[in-house]
Amino acid sequence: MLSGTERQELEDAVTHYPDKRGAAIDALLIIQRRRGWISDETLLDIAQFLEITAEDLDSIATFYNLIFRKPVGRHVAFVCDSVSCWIKGSEQVQEQIKALYAADLGQTSPDGRLTVLPIACLGHCERAPAVMIDQDVYGEVMPEKVESIMEKYT
Amino acid sequence: MKMERPLTEHIHLDGTTRTLREYVKDGGYRSVQRLATMLGPKDVQRLVTESGLRGRGGGGFLTGTKWGFVPMGPSAPKPKYIVANGDEMEPGTFKDRVLMEGDPHGLVEGMILAGYALDAEVGYIFLRGEYHLSAQRLTRAIAEAYEEGYLGKPLPGTTFCFDLHLHASAGRYICGEETALINALEGKRAVPRAKPPFPQAVGLWGKPTVVQNVETLYNIPHIVNHGSDWYRRLSRTQDGGTKIYGISGRVTNPGWWELPLGTTAREVLERYAGGMSDGVRFRGLLPGGISTAFMTEEHLDLPMDFSSIPPEVGRLGTATMIVLDDHTCPVGFVLNLEKFFARESCGWCTPCREGLPWVARILTSFEEGRASKEDLALLDMHTKWLAPGHTFCGLAPGAMAPLQSALKYFRDDFERHISLRHCPWSKKPAQLRVVV
Repeated sequence: MLSGTERQELEDAVTHYPDKRGAAIDALLIIQRRRGWISDETLLDIAQFLEITAEDLDSIATFYNLIFRKPVGRHVAFVCDSVSCWIKGSEQVQEQIKALYAADLGQTSPDGRLTVLPIACLGHCERAPAVMIDQDVYGEVMPEKVESIMEKYT
Repeated sequence: MKMERPLTEHIHLDGTTRTLREYVKDGGYRSVQRLATMLGPKDVQRLVTESGLRGRGGGGFLTGTKWGFVPMGPSAPKPKYIVANGDEMEPGTFKDRVLMEGDPHGLVEGMILAGYALDAEVGYIFLRGEYHLSAQRLTRAIAEAYEEGYLGKPLPGTTFCFDLHLHASAGRYICGEETALINALEGKRAVPRAKPPFPQAVGLWGKPTVVQNVETLYNIPHIVNHGSDWYRRLSRTQDGGTKIYGISGRVTNPGWWELPLGTTAREVLERYAGGMSDGVRFRGLLPGGISTAFMTEEHLDLPMDFSSIPPEVGRLGTATMIVLDDHTCPVGFVLNLEKFFARESCGWCTPCREGLPWVARILTSFEEGRASKEDLALLDMHTKWLAPGHTFCGLAPGAMAPLQSALKYFRDDFERHISLRHCPWSKKPAQLRVVV
């Protein structure tokens, strides 16, 4: 069930659109920010609020890279794998992160600290290779810099 | 003469944002205050048309012409919408981020003017989900513009009232296609729509809608303030204005620069980016994102604008270049691009959904030393099967532009993968074969 504050945030988002379903992505992001991911129950709650079917909403939720339909770790590392970063060695950065946190792409480290995901070009190509941890973007990430970057994400 | 850089001259190079106070001190929102006394909607439309402004998202369509398709007058459907396309997900492209992070009020002002010109009373900024810093700064700028009365109440001396909303997306490349973007904003799965009808007549919720790239909108306040003649003179060629050019790859100083439209790739590469990094040589570049065709040494002196690059060579795209050097495998480079396109295909039409993974698998076989001459022919055929006219939208044809040009300019490299049975750039052959 949606909490009172969750419902209020959704009500605010809906005012930006002429009909409720316009806020579908906003709603998924708002609730995910609070709950970490979108479970089947959560999906149903949001769909009911938007007055659309859960299947309809799932066709939107599963379309996007940043909506999580599975639980994620306390933090998420998005490793850019597009071409400017690839030229500058993003594969080695990805290997380093996977090795350090014992998590393959799409998986979470055993201690629940970090989920590792590939991501399309982050738009920081002049500082390639780029990695985004949660909402923070780091540029010129060399494999040996990964551990110190990760220190604040416990 | 001092080079004019209207879009970026005040942007802080330390990454901090320009405040409302700074923006107004340097002439920001002046255009909006002049509307009542000096300029009607038709005047703004005329200025934009005469300026020769072309869409900066890659298409290069004349903004004034696009606006000409919007129904005007008392019988026009209401409300009309103006949408800023800030779904900057084209790999290698970071120009809109520079603007939105550095100078968020410029986008708000550009949208107010576009809205005024088209009598469109509601605007959306469609922002890619990964641009969290842009989202924070735009949210604040929009709130400030409401407090100052630029948004949400009639502009001084007019009856025009503009509302503006920020829509943060959740990460999907196809949302940059304007009709997919419209579906996304309506809360639907973001697959493209059939055209016609075009969004200018039937767009968001069935109403007339103009979708403009972020950089395009930043130009409009300057055109309104300084006039179309001034704007045309900023450029070196017939296309008006400046352009944010960028470079990534193995160059000495990757970055972005606002320069006159028609600056050559050689100038950007050598003068601004400081040439290639030590120890590597130039082989080619994608001029503007990965949906553009390779250009090689012979093309470096072409004016980089929307009109001067011959169609058989390619097109400018977003003008943020990606450089291929001689230490990077061209086949591996193109494989990276095609994997991106295969992953980001929306899956709506079969040629794109099935063809792009097929292309990626063939390219993988080259990199792994398993490719044959027939595979090379299959790649050639895909560039025809996925050409414009064979797919629902431009994604797959865009994906074929770098592949087709790579097959033309770097064909020897593809053939060496076949004859050597491994990638010449990998340190050791992927598979050692015993020859009996």
